[in-house]
Amino acid sequence: MSDTISEIKSGGEASLAKKYSQLLARQGILVAFVLFLVVFSIFSDRFLSTDNFMTVIRQASIIGTIAIGVTIVVIGGNLDLSVGSLLSFCTVLVVDLHDKIGPTGAIGLMLVFALLIGAINGYLIGYLKLNSLIVTLGMLSAIQGITLIYTGGQNVDIQNQEGTWFAFFGRGYLWGIAVPVLIFLGLALIAEFVLKATTYGRKVFSVGGNPAAAVFSGLRRNRMVFSTYLLSAFTTACAAIILGSRVMGSQNNVGQGYELLVLAGVILGGTSLLGGSGSITRTIIGVLILSFIQNGLLLLGYPYYAQWLVTWAVIILAVWLDIASTRGKIFTSFS
Amino acid sequence: MATLAHKAKSLVIEQPIWLFVAACIVVFSLSTEHFLDIGNFKNILVQTSTIGLIALGLTFIMINGNIDLSVGAVLALAACLAVDLQSSIGIPLAVTVGLLSGVVLGALNGLVVWKTGVDAFIVTLGAMIGVRGLVFVYTEEQSFYATDFAYADFGTSSIAGIPTLALLFVVLAALMHWILSRSVHGRNTYAVGGNRQAAIDAGIRVGPHMVINFMIGGFFAALAGVTLSTQMGAATPNLGRDFELWAITAIVLGGTKLTGGAGSIVGTLGGVIAIGILRNGMNLLQVPSFYVLVIMGTILIAVLFIDRQVNRNAEQELNV
Repeated sequence: MSDTISEIKSGGEASLAKKYSQLLARQGILVAFVLFLVVFSIFSDRFLSTDNFMTVIRQASIIGTIAIGVTIVVIGGNLDLSVGSLLSFCTVLVVDLHDKIGPTGAIGLMLVFALLIGAINGYLIGYLKLNSLIVTLGMLSAIQGITLIYTGGQNVDIQNQEGTWFAFFGRGYLWGIAVPVLIFLGLALIAEFVLKATTYGRKVFSVGGNPAAAVFSGLRRNRMVFSTYLLSAFTTACAAIILGSRVMGSQNNVGQGYELLVLAGVILGGTSLLGGSGSITRTIIGVLILSFIQNGLLLLGYPYYAQWLVTWAVIILAVWLDIASTRGKIFTSFS
Repeated sequence: MATLAHKAKSLVIEQPIWLFVAACIVVFSLSTEHFLDIGNFKNILVQTSTIGLIALGLTFIMINGNIDLSVGAVLALAACLAVDLQSSIGIPLAVTVGLLSGVVLGALNGLVVWKTGVDAFIVTLGAMIGVRGLVFVYTEEQSFYATDFAYADFGTSSIAGIPTLALLFVVLAALMHWILSRSVHGRNTYAVGGNRQAAIDAGIRVGPHMVINFMIGGFFAALAGVTLSTQMGAATPNLGRDFELWAITAIVLGGTKLTGGAGSIVGTLGGVIAIGILRNGMNLLQVPSFYVLVIMGTILIAVLFIDRQVNRNAEQELNV
């Protein structure tokens, strides 16, 4: 609508050039992605190989899996900072229960507890309409405490690591592809389909985009928000299965800080924190970019934490580019 | 007498957190024998001064309608710089460099928020990750120890029987309260946070005020890093993790709105002291530290809920 108006105002060619540059800026994240790949390929001969690519995607699978759920929460207009603590809790729970009640029971029970925590988040934010930033901040601390109470401060591990099919999720291969990658991409595919092609997905977008309008259109905002937190708890639980199975043990603070890296990937993918826009595909590209930066810098011999410095610049530049393209000006106009 | 009661009543309504503080003091005084002790209160003030200093600066940023998630990382950088550099350039210069790093990073955050129009949450989330990376790269993941004992002595020193760090915190809180409530910059900080467009229309230079507030926030985070490292006589690259969460918790408990435009240093002070007393009291009651995390998280959510209920009731009354 606004596009057509500006087209009429500015006339043919100028608007075409503007549209073209806008398209370029909108897809800036893809351009940056390709640029990264090219640069790293030139400087490191080990970078451009199928093996390395699979390794990178595999490393990204845990953060990526969580990011799928968080993207849905963010599109619905909220934040979820509790996923890092929840990852610690779920991983500790599934690993500890594995030796006590067997893998099936462990996974089942862990999923129940994860969804319970998701439901608490969803109830507080969806039905009581409390601020999601503060609620999930409080939950971050509370879940951390619950994990420590559960373990008594100890780390947990699985005794018989060879003889359990639980190893399949983190270490197994299916059709020559690592199982974590399959879980990650499989969930992403389902989530993208649900968001793009079902009424549920459409409702999530409208609730996030304009809550008041959504409610006046007869959508149940509280129920939608509630469901998005169930989904983010579910994908976090899936990530915990991958992590627990890969490590066959868990530190009680294993997920500390993950919420920020997940959010960084989501933001990098161009999902607006205001809600109402975003996509799983772009989130995955965002997460993969962060993973490729990590991999590339390590291959080039930079210290591990140098990637965080690059992440800093990349996040701000990506969002700036996006905003500048919609604004039509590089800098803000107020003084 | 009547005015005193009236004053007390208005304080309770405007700053309900102080009622909570009073309730905590009563409960812990009755349930533990060492709580109501001058020495313990000095202790609480020193313990809370780190989060308290961060919260002083962050209150300005949040009333201004922004947020700064990078304060914990800035704290670590300042502490590492101040401890590491003192063997080569001396304590005063090293501390200056540490404090300057906070001011510079604050200015950078503020300029980016102003000029790019990217939300402060995203800008400082990036800075939080990036500055922490900078700390790890700079320290090569090692801890630093202060070789000069004068540095650590400062952290444990007292002036007229009051711990220096507690005194520093209280004096700076009074100063910041004065700036926020009496100066032009303070008033404009409220105006910009309350309604940015209206502030722009009224001719207030919104950008510079935001940058100044981010610089104040960075300075106080760095100062908290320096004082914390004087208490320990050391600095580690992981210092200050999750401190931004505690500071934000204290500020929200103190009644500052996340959307900006409302809040006060008195409230923030109440929030900081409430957290300090809770931690100290539960410690004296020998509540395991794991439970403290759960209790703090629950309290944060509960306060948010109560605040919402109270404000909603007020709104409904207004409608009637």
